[in-house]
Order: sequence, then C-alpha cells, then structure tokens
Amino acid sequence: MEVQKGELFGLIGPDGAGKTTLMRILMTLLIQDKGMATMNGFDVIKDYKKIRNMVGYMPGRFSLYQDLTVEENLNFFATVFKTTVSENYDLIRDIYIQIEPFKKRLAGKLSGGMKQKLALSCALIHKPEILILDEPTTGVDAVSRKEFWEMLKNLQQKGITILVSTPYMDEAMLCNRVALMQKGKVLDIDTPRNLVDGYTRKLYAIRSNDMHRLILDLRSYEKTDSAYAFGQYLHVTGKDDEVEATEFENFLMRKNHQNLEVFDIQPTIEDVFMELLGIEE
Amino acid sequence: MKQFIGFLKKEFLHIFRDPRTMMIIFLLPIVQLLLFGKVINTDIQNSRIAILYQSHDNTTREITSKLVSSGYFVLGEELMPGDDVEDVFRKGKVKMVVTFGPEFEKSLERDGKAEVQLLADASDPNTARILTNYASGIINDYVKKEKLQNLQLPNQINTEVRMLYNEGLKSVYMFVPGIMAMILMLISAMMTSISISKEKELGTMEVLLASPLKPIQIVLGKVTPYLLLSFINALTIILIGVFIFGVPIKGSFVFLMAESFLFIMMALSLGILISTIAPNQMVAMFISVLALMLPTILLSGFMFPIENMPLPLRIISHAMPPRWFIVIIKNIMLKGTGILFVWKETLILMFMTFVFIALSIKNFKIRLE
Repeated sequence: MEVQKGELFGLIGPDGAGKTTLMRILMTLLIQDKGMATMNGFDVIKDYKKIRNMVGYMPGRFSLYQDLTVEENLNFFATVFKTTVSENYDLIRDIYIQIEPFKKRLAGKLSGGMKQKLALSCALIHKPEILILDEPTTGVDAVSRKEFWEMLKNLQQKGITILVSTPYMDEAMLCNRVALMQKGKVLDIDTPRNLVDGYTRKLYAIRSNDMHRLILDLRSYEKTDSAYAFGQYLHVTGKDDEVEATEFENFLMRKNHQNLEVFDIQPTIEDVFMELLGIEE
Repeated sequence: MKQFIGFLKKEFLHIFRDPRTMMIIFLLPIVQLLLFGKVINTDIQNSRIAILYQSHDNTTREITSKLVSSGYFVLGEELMPGDDVEDVFRKGKVKMVVTFGPEFEKSLERDGKAEVQLLADASDPNTARILTNYASGIINDYVKKEKLQNLQLPNQINTEVRMLYNEGLKSVYMFVPGIMAMILMLISAMMTSISISKEKELGTMEVLLASPLKPIQIVLGKVTPYLLLSFINALTIILIGVFIFGVPIKGSFVFLMAESFLFIMMALSLGILISTIAPNQMVAMFISVLALMLPTILLSGFMFPIENMPLPLRIISHAMPPRWFIVIIKNIMLKGTGILFVWKETLILMFMTFVFIALSIKNFKIRLE
C-alpha cells in the first residue's frame, strides 16, 4: 500500500479494522510486528525522530489540554514544534479564524466541531508535510463534518499529503483513493469511483412496514445472496443477476409485507465494502 | 530551551487552574503541621486529676498545690475516704487519682516514710505512664527538698535526669521533621506521578510522544514545577516549625535546605518511576498512597519508634527514604551536627535517587505501550 505525495487518502473500515493501529505505526508510536513502513522515505522505527518533526497528527480522541484555553493550546504546540503561531499563521488561518472568537475559552468547553478545528490547527501549526488524522469526524455533527472535509481539500491544495481514517462510507467518496480495511487487512485499494464502478451486480433497495421481519424473510429466501440494512432501506442482491425485482416483490407479498417498495438502485461504496467482506468470509 | 520554557508554562497553568492541586500544594502542608502540632498533641497539659485525702495536713496540701502549679495537672475533684474511686474514672472526668495515706505528715516526719498512691486511667497507656511519672517526680522532688533536708538518710543514690536536645519533651520536635518528610513525599512523588499519568490517561501523551519533544524534556518539564513548589513547602514547614512551635535550628540552615533538596530529588525520581508504571491517575494515586504515604507514616520512625518494631518491619524500614531523611533533619535541627554525622544517611538517599532515576529511564517509553 502506498500513498502518493499530495494525495488525500482514506482508510475506510469498521471499528476494530486496524485503522488506528496502522496510523500509530506510521506515527512511530507503535512498532509493527512484521513488515516495514516508511514516511517520506524515512523508516518508522529507525528514523522516528525525523518523522516526528515533519508529520502532523490528530489522534482519534480529543487530545488537547482541556484546562488550557484555545490560544494557550495553540501556542504550546507551536513552541513544542519550535515555531510560532505567527510564522505559520497562513496555513491555519482559514481554520483558526472560525474559532478565534473563542480563543480565551478553555478547550474543554468547546463544542465537538470546534474542538476538531482546534486540534487540526494544532496539528498543522508546524507546517507538516504529511497530515495523519484518525477519525477526525467521529462524533461531529453533519454540518461540521462537511466543513471539515472542505478544510481537508483546501489543505491538500497547499501540497500536504493527508491520510485520514473514517468509519463513514459517504466520506470515502471525498478521498482521492481509499483503502478498505477489515480485521487488520487491506481488502482493496482504488479510487472511490473505480471501486463503485467495479461493482457490477444488480442491486435492489427494499422496504416495508416491518423491517426486522423483512430482513429475516429475505435472508431465508433461496434466491437472495445478501441483504443489509442501509438507512431506511435494505440493500439486496440476488443469487445471480437474473433475479428480478418482481420476484422479490412476489415473495414478500406472499409473506404479507405491507407498504412494500422494491426498486433498482445504484451501488455506493458501502455496497462495495459489504461485497468484499462477503467474499472475504 | 524555548520548547522547555513553553512546557513549563503549560505545567504551571495546569497547577494553578486546578483547585485540588492548589489545595494539596499550598494548604495541606500548613493544615497538617498545625493539626499535628496543636491538636494531636501527646504532651501532657492540664490533665484533670482528683485527690483523695485520708489525712488533711500541711504536707498533703503543699504537695497538691505543687502538682497543680506544675501546669501538667488541674484539680478536678476532691474525694473523701469512702468515695468510689472507680466511679470517678468511669465518668471519665479525671485521668488520675492521687491518694494520700493516713497520717501522712506525721509518719513522714517520724519514720521518714509516707504513703501516696497514684491511680491512673490506663485505657490510654501512654498518657497514664507519663502522668504517673510526672506526678511521682513532683512528689519526690518536693519531699526531698522540703522535708528530708534535716533528716540523715543512709546511702542514697540520686538519679538526675536531663532530656538532651528536647528538654521539654515536646512532641512537635518530632512532628516537624516527620511532617516535612511526609509532605515532600506527597507533593513530589504523588503529584508528579499523577500529573504524568494524567497525560497518559487523557491521551495528550500520545501527541507529546508524536512531537519532536525528547522524553527527557517531557520528564524535566513535568518535574521542575514540583521541585520548585516542594522547595517552597519545605521552607514553609521549617518556618512554621521555628516561629510557631519554637523548634530550633541548631545546625546550618543552608545544609538543612541542601538535604531537603536531596530528599525532594529522591521523591521526584520516585514519582517519575511510579508514573512509568501507572497507566492512569487512579493507579498512580493508589501506588503513591499505599506504597509511599502509609509506610512513610508507619515505618519511618515518625509515629512509632523503629526499635520497637518486630524484626521484619525493622528490615523493611531501611528501604523507607523518609527514615533516613528524618534522622538527618533531626540531627541538623536539634543537635546541630554537620555532614560528618549524617554522611551515611545522605549517601543512602543519593543512592536511592540514583536507583529511581536509572529505573525510570529504563522504563520510560518513547512509544505507546
């Protein structure tokens, strides 16, 4: 697996897939059991000091000092990286300007979205060449999430290589390339577009009044290959692409499902992921 | 260097913004010293006693007034023959009953001998022992000086007792060094270990490790504020000891502070060692209290004399740093001795510091677990 310079690369996978562990290895915080990894050509074990100087890191947990103010946190991280806030203000201005009105507030008293902006500012304060973000949008509201990804795009424009992990599949589409991970393994690496395009199977969205019974019934149907809950609908594939929507509909009518909806749907990256998982197992 | 100053600034902000830390650092030493010095006082003062006269005469009256005027005793009750002595004790009003035998003065003058009985409430054995000692001392002293001068007594040995270095047997002389050891241990070891493990617990250590900060900078940055504050505390405790409780400093003040500095260094390195083991604040606190505070109080000779302990505890007490520190400060403050008399203890403390630092360096992780 390789991340290109200037790329916005996503690690996608459920909790426990090994995203954090991989990032910590790259951040020189953990030593891998086997294999090797390099950052800008530096080995993560031998050259850990050099790596720590040139990478910005934002751990999954909010890891700033809650009893220091916004300003104090930023200044602290600036001195730790032997720089000053004013020196690299250009890089963080767009982000920091949004939390500047609260600069005298304790970091612990910020909202989730503002905390993330502050953490990102702190991770950027030393003008890193590589930025590693561990689930930066987990627990952040939808609006802030969108804003956050726009910020990442902007940073990418400035030539920073970004490695970001997320459990949200919709965010995967915003990356240049993604690696789908599960149980410590990378299942596939490609652009999100290619991954979705590579999905050739016929996919149906189905819903009814009783979703729980619906999923059980569908899974017991001999022509069903897979059925997953996906928002308000179930995404269902047939054993082969010959299986028609009407076949599902008729089967479910027989099972007395009310308000039934069955229609074709375009696959998303999550469907790709589910498919890969199915093959894996 | 700028990095380090930035780190220090952050540490001081942590300390000054946390009321609990502030209280432990600035209030606890003073409160504890005053408590031990004033309230938990094992000195005998104004103990209530009762007198039972089986004979009322000049001598018994004079002895009574001697007892009362000594300052140790207050006359609580006068009993008559036939009164139930035990009843008085049961009510808990008095600590001791002094009973003068019948025809006290007469038999003293006739035979050179008279009987007086001291009954003490030994449910508190220490106090009972001290009370009876004081009382018999006063009575003997009186009889010898006032009554027996004219009598020729054959071959007497007079024992003369002087309590060197603490003539008044003041317990505060013992408490000041003890509390100093305890407080310095508490602030240096416990607070450092808690503050380092707090970074681990809150995840900020992860960011610090991923930064170009060297481990030595992190540790020094963590330790320096507490070194300063502990030193201020040592000074405060000594000042309170001297000016409020009248504990003397017979030796060199500079030497005393130098030894305190050594002890603080020892405690700080112990704190770092604890933090390399403890994954969170709770564990750090637990280790500090269980492994440091209790032994400091119980096994250092601060509360209980080491000589009276069973052999295994006596052996363990050698590993207690405060034990050596208490010997050192008592020597300097009360006896006025210099390095010649405490070099052994000083070396032991230095050795301990060295061991703790070596172990900490070995244990400190430049990565996550």
